[in-house]
Amino acid sequence: MLNISDLLEQIKQNPYREIVVRTPHTGVVNFADIKQGQAVHGPEGQWKERSGTRLATLTRERNPKPIYAPEKGVVDKVYSEYENAFVENATPLVTIRHHLTREEVENIILREALHLFRAPERAKYYFTPEIDAKMKSSDPGSVVIRDGQELFIMSRMKRELPLYYSGPEGVIYAIYFKPSDNVDADAPLIGVCPQEELPNIKEVIMRVQTEWQEN
Amino acid sequence: MDNLFLKRIQSLRDRLSYMQDIFAGKHADSVSLLLQKLDEFTEKVNNDSLTNPYDELVALEDLFKYVEARLDASITPLDKVRIVRHPQRICLRDILENVYDNFTEVGGQDEHSIDPSMVIARAVIIRRRGKKRYTQSVMVIGQEKGHGAEFRNGGSVKPWGNAKARQFMRVAETEGIPVHTYIFTPGSFPIEDYPGAAQQIARNIYCMAGLRVPVVSVISEGGSGGAEAIGLADKRLMLSNGYYSVISPEGAAAIEGHCRGGERPSQELVEKCACNLKLTAEDNLRFGYIDKIIQEPPLGARSYHFDFFRQLRQEILLATDEVVLSAKLSPFKKIGVSHRNKPGVNLDEMYMRWSLTQSAKTRLVKKRQNKFLKLSREAAVDKRPFLTKALHTLDDLVMTPVNEFKYEFYRKHQRKIHAFLEEAENEWDVFRSWLRKPFGKQEEQKVKEAVSSELTSLSTWSDGQRHKRWNYLSPRYKIDQAVTCPNAEIYGCPDLWGPDLFAEFAGVCSNCGHHFPMEPEWYVRNVFDVGTVMEFNEEIEAGNPLEYPNFDKTIRAAQEKTGCKSGCMTFEARIDNIKVVVAMLMGTFRGGSFGAAEGYKFVEAAQRATKNRYPFIAYVHGTAGIRIQEGTNGVIQMPRCTIAVHRYIENGGLYMVLYDTNSFAGPVASFLGCSPYQFAIRSSNIGFAGPGVIKSTTGMDVPPHYHSCYKAMDRGHIQGIWDRRQMRHNLIQALQTIGGRNLYYR
Repeated sequence: MLNISDLLEQIKQNPYREIVVRTPHTGVVNFADIKQGQAVHGPEGQWKERSGTRLATLTRERNPKPIYAPEKGVVDKVYSEYENAFVENATPLVTIRHHLTREEVENIILREALHLFRAPERAKYYFTPEIDAKMKSSDPGSVVIRDGQELFIMSRMKRELPLYYSGPEGVIYAIYFKPSDNVDADAPLIGVCPQEELPNIKEVIMRVQTEWQEN
Repeated sequence: MDNLFLKRIQSLRDRLSYMQDIFAGKHADSVSLLLQKLDEFTEKVNNDSLTNPYDELVALEDLFKYVEARLDASITPLDKVRIVRHPQRICLRDILENVYDNFTEVGGQDEHSIDPSMVIARAVIIRRRGKKRYTQSVMVIGQEKGHGAEFRNGGSVKPWGNAKARQFMRVAETEGIPVHTYIFTPGSFPIEDYPGAAQQIARNIYCMAGLRVPVVSVISEGGSGGAEAIGLADKRLMLSNGYYSVISPEGAAAIEGHCRGGERPSQELVEKCACNLKLTAEDNLRFGYIDKIIQEPPLGARSYHFDFFRQLRQEILLATDEVVLSAKLSPFKKIGVSHRNKPGVNLDEMYMRWSLTQSAKTRLVKKRQNKFLKLSREAAVDKRPFLTKALHTLDDLVMTPVNEFKYEFYRKHQRKIHAFLEEAENEWDVFRSWLRKPFGKQEEQKVKEAVSSELTSLSTWSDGQRHKRWNYLSPRYKIDQAVTCPNAEIYGCPDLWGPDLFAEFAGVCSNCGHHFPMEPEWYVRNVFDVGTVMEFNEEIEAGNPLEYPNFDKTIRAAQEKTGCKSGCMTFEARIDNIKVVVAMLMGTFRGGSFGAAEGYKFVEAAQRATKNRYPFIAYVHGTAGIRIQEGTNGVIQMPRCTIAVHRYIENGGLYMVLYDTNSFAGPVASFLGCSPYQFAIRSSNIGFAGPGVIKSTTGMDVPPHYHSCYKAMDRGHIQGIWDRRQMRHNLIQALQTIGGRNLYYR
């Protein structure tokens, strides 16, 4: 069984994700004024409408194309040997050390700890009336579901079909959909965890929320 | 001390704080003198050490009056801007309570209204003749700033507020009562939600262009499009401390100072822009955009200036009487007007019926339209030679009756003539076939052979056609360079090679269909039949009517760069042999800004289309709005051009608008937005104000693609989106289907 506390400790020891920014196609590289250890930012704004820090310009056929930082982080390595050189597609230009955010850590832990039950096709999903009533009367964490249990109603263009849960027995820890919205095929609907693991997961998530430092 | 005494002291304190606000640090010596005197007086009141308190208070009030009168002489345009925005300034409710005898608010009450910044009321004025009393009704419409009431939004009206105003203008028209509009707005609230700021203002202006009741407007704060939404009137009065401008001085300074990202321009620059924009009542009277100035008390009218309200009532009555008289065919109307203009006349004691006959209403509308059409012609530089002008006039004189005969007489009887000719032709056919009967077999054989050859032979293929798809190629096709599509990240578009993109692809991404902007010439040469484009009025040039500093050079530079004299090209052309008149607003000339010259040409084009009975197409290659350096000479083009369009449509014309690249502000909010048929070229943006202006005025963050043509179509602002390569085909189809049986004319 997965030890969630160990997983958190493991993440804490190396709370970074390494992002290698590569060339999208061939061209001549000109680096922007960036140095190792310099902080860069990713796209910003409510709709990510403002580009991140410009890292380099790739010129092909007299068409200069700026290359921006995809995430917030610190420049780990600049491949300055490619300055003014013609490079191939997918040549690494810059490596960014991205410090994991609280949400990212939570996602890593939950991805490992939960069993995700996914939508079989694009449709609207509702809980069956029994499950819905149970969840409304108590919190979702107390609703136990079993393999083969009728859990959802899948609704698409007035066509309603029952959907049976398949997976390990456990409680519903997270709900990833809204009843009024269409859910894409293969998108997670719920995250299920074994009942005995529930307090442990809750505690670790609480620890992440309180202890995790963001830069 | 009694309460009244203390109230008078408080009133002086309010007057002092008002003075401090409107002069913003200027005239500090006068203000500090008054402050010192008032403090000393208050201290004496508190210590009860005044020997003759009432006399001393009157003396202090006189001192205030004297200083106010002295400072009034040195008011600058920016001080006037601060006056009209001050919470102590008179507002519409003050006017309703003090100028009219009674009123009922009909468009909502206080904050319980679809838009509290637009107040509408049915008001009555009681007038006397001898012992008899007459009650006269009017529809009062205006922006309400309130005395600092937050929910009034500073008189910045949302689109649905303007829609409400239009609704009640129509009500007034049905009831046959005059409309009095009061303009107290810094500008319209720039949001695109249905019905959309620009589109609704356009509808309002179009409605007022043909409103069949007298309209009188009073301007206090006339901020651009917001003012025009209720400002097209038979008589326009202006308060002496008001302003009427194309843009706020702060906005002009932000553009002038190239301020970006919420950066604020310096106070000196704002002051300079306020002077350069020539936005005061005196300036506007000189230009002819208002009819009269109503003198305010020193430093501006406030709610306690009851004499001013009495004067305003007289002016409103006089203006309404004059408008009604001007529409009547009474032999006594000149006497009536001169009698009313005599000094000291009390119009409350002179009754005049405000209802009009149908013919008088028609005259009223025509008079209003003619008045606006004559405005601002001097603001453009007309370099047409005398001979051209003379030929133009001669053409008008000859062609107008010819076209009248052709369309009004001949076309009406055309069906009868055709029916007669058709019958005669049928008879002739029967007779001819009887004559040819003996030689018929040979002819039958020839016809059979021709049909069989047509059905059995292969169609021909001409490879040369492929290379001759476009008559004009963008000069950019000569540049050996790859171009990145802006949608590359979303749709994974590969880089496009410039010579392909700007030649064969007509500036359209081959993967996602994004339309790169093309030159105006591309459309002129590729959309219309080759060799049929005939430009007219090209000698009318954009000028610098306000003598805005350094603007002459800017205009000359734009003329040299584009080779055009103004931002509007007007021409006659044929498309699939259908004759059309086109007004093209070119985004390449000063961003497509619209000024007096452009307005002149647009109006002339609409009149030419009316005279010749041709369809009228406004192709908007791009427009950034009204040219701010021309001030009200630019903003007056909104009602002028809309009136020209209104006349054309009412005469049965087909007016179509086609947007390309970016179209914003004044033109969209008037003569473009009022078109019943509006289409857009793909990847174009349409709206009232750009994202930066929306953010700075409303505080709202604008999502990406907020102004895209697809969003505009979702909101119901436009009727369709066309591919550039299909523009000619779609235009022909639209002309043939929308134009009806007679192609372009009802």
